[in-house]
Amino acid sequence: MAVGLPENVFLTKLDAAANWARSNSMWPMPFATACCGIELMATAASRHDLARFGAEVMRFSPRQCDLLIVAGRVVMKMLPVLQRIWLQMPEPKWCISMGACACSGGVFDTYAVVQGVDRFIPVDMYVPGCPPRPEQLIAAVMDMQAKVRRTGTVMGKEFMTRDTPMGPEPFESEERYRIQDANLVQLGGFSAAMTAAGLKRGAGDHG
Amino acid sequence: MVDFSSLQEKFGSDLQESAFRDNRRIDVPVNKLFDLLSFLKTDHGFDMLVDLTAIDYLEYEGATDRFGVVYMLLNVGSGERLIVRASLNLPNLSLRSVYSLWRSADWMEREVFDMFGIQFDGHPDLRRILMPEEFAAFPLRKDYPLKGRGERHNFPVITRSGS
Repeated sequence: MAVGLPENVFLTKLDAAANWARSNSMWPMPFATACCGIELMATAASRHDLARFGAEVMRFSPRQCDLLIVAGRVVMKMLPVLQRIWLQMPEPKWCISMGACACSGGVFDTYAVVQGVDRFIPVDMYVPGCPPRPEQLIAAVMDMQAKVRRTGTVMGKEFMTRDTPMGPEPFESEERYRIQDANLVQLGGFSAAMTAAGLKRGAGDHG
Repeated sequence: MVDFSSLQEKFGSDLQESAFRDNRRIDVPVNKLFDLLSFLKTDHGFDMLVDLTAIDYLEYEGATDRFGVVYMLLNVGSGERLIVRASLNLPNLSLRSVYSLWRSADWMEREVFDMFGIQFDGHPDLRRILMPEEFAAFPLRKDYPLKGRGERHNFPVITRSGS
């Protein structure tokens, strides 16, 4: 015999209630660095209208956002900025890696371009395409909502289990050998000490 | 039109002229470069430095020098254009800054320094302009590998539970 409830009252789990609220009011942080950013703008604009899925409130302050959308290639000078933005976002937070460049570096396999942001920040959803169509991004947002409803908890316990880096190893063994070989070649005008100091200090230090 | 023979009279016969379609190009030794550019500006009215860049001729067919620094000048009044090139070789990669002649040289010289490691003496603020300060190579040199020396992977990894 169930307890009789008054009208306009229903029972649910606290997790489910939180997930329902969170998934239907995603606040994206647009990190738009390339042509994917244009598609991101098109997604938010009237024709595709991301507002239909409750994710139209783009804020340019990470303090007010819970969904980081990395749209476009990230170069090594920008990655510390991206990491800082991710760390500044309040919990709970999620990340969509949008487009081939953000997911894997795309065609830009050069010295300056990070080969996939998932090597250095956690990513929840990958959107393929170069650039992806707005429909694909909307599908990713809907998948993101489904993931939040499926796995979310009030206190964010589902995040605590993700304690290993998600992406591929920063250095594959083959690449490590190639870099070692390249470092053996000394450039004119550069002493070995300077090269060693530069690699040791690393680009991540200026965050 | 700049009369090339008068330039040769003034700056010596080691100036060389060449042409490709409507581009006039003058090769000049490094030690005469600044005087030539200064002369072109004051006496021939080349009041705009359109571009300043460099080329690495490593393994380039028929090349004798490693680097060429290229100045593209424009006389805004007459529309005349002129390309001046000076050659540099390792280890002596320095030449005089033309910031005092054209202010537009500021960032262009910084870019050439950033990408090729060519020093511009007298530049007011010769820092890297595109790459991070601590970057330890000159990426547009031909002996620098296209995929770099691991700089793009040299970052701390943030995991989900750790952030």
